[in-house]
Amino acid sequence: MSHTFYIAMSYAVSAIVILCLVAWTWLDGRARRQELAELEASGIRRRSAQPKGDAA
Amino acid sequence: MTDSLAISKFTELANPTRFLALAARILPWMAAATAILFAIGLYLSFTTEGDYQQGATVRIMYVHVPAAWLSMMCYTVMAVSAIGTLVWRHPLADVSHKAAAPLGAAFTLIALATGSLWGRPMWGTWWVWDARLTSVFVLFLMYLGLIALNRAMDDPSRAARVSAVLILVGFVNIPIIKFSVDWWNTLHQPASVIRMGGPTIDREFLWPLLVMAIAFTMLFFTLHVMAMRNEIWRRRVAAQRRMAARLAGREA
Repeated sequence: MSHTFYIAMSYAVSAIVILCLVAWTWLDGRARRQELAELEASGIRRRSAQPKGDAA
Repeated sequence: MTDSLAISKFTELANPTRFLALAARILPWMAAATAILFAIGLYLSFTTEGDYQQGATVRIMYVHVPAAWLSMMCYTVMAVSAIGTLVWRHPLADVSHKAAAPLGAAFTLIALATGSLWGRPMWGTWWVWDARLTSVFVLFLMYLGLIALNRAMDDPSRAARVSAVLILVGFVNIPIIKFSVDWWNTLHQPASVIRMGGPTIDREFLWPLLVMAIAFTMLFFTLHVMAMRNEIWRRRVAAQRRMAARLAGREA
């Protein structure tokens, strides 16, 4: 195997791991935001986010 | 900035809502800076000359060394956060060390894989159980263990305290990794950049390496802020689900 193979593999492995990490972080954030939006749409809000006088 | 003002700014960030607002403002800038630094770093990595002994294989160093530095820096960030959890009970400290563990595991994996890919043509072997390689492999296992521990425990505050203690105990491995090449006779070459007396590496290789190291560091901080934001949202979802279950129980 030529040295080019080892260099290309190193950059490919790094790129794959980094892209997976970025995609996982971004998709995780999108899924959590969606869950929060669904909960708020169904009227479930955090106490601090509820309008005053509606805390009970 | 006086000490009390600096402390009050730090305390303000303890409010997750303020942290989320700050993250929304700074994340686009951090992501843009990361992309620009990677573009410059990769250009330099592939346009500079090869080493007279290693040839073009020296280019592996531009991803291997920053990943190896980050694997240790990420654990150091986790150790500082662990102190924040145990000493100051800062509400974002446990969010920080929980969010950093998968990032640290990923950078350690890159360091191990690219090191192995460099070792085969240069040393004639993919792997040896020498002090540096073994201690970095132990670091990788520690990251995996901390991720598993955080996922295994239902109570986030208890998981945070147990993780914080384990992180601080495991921090002993960081100086072992750093100084392993000086303390023991290993196959891995000694430090050539961060060492007493300055770098021994030629400027031609030092510049791409430094730009790539800054790019990797910016990538880590960008992903860390994103992962912390995700963790805060995850906890809010869990809290709102509990609230919904309580309301449903009252109505039933």
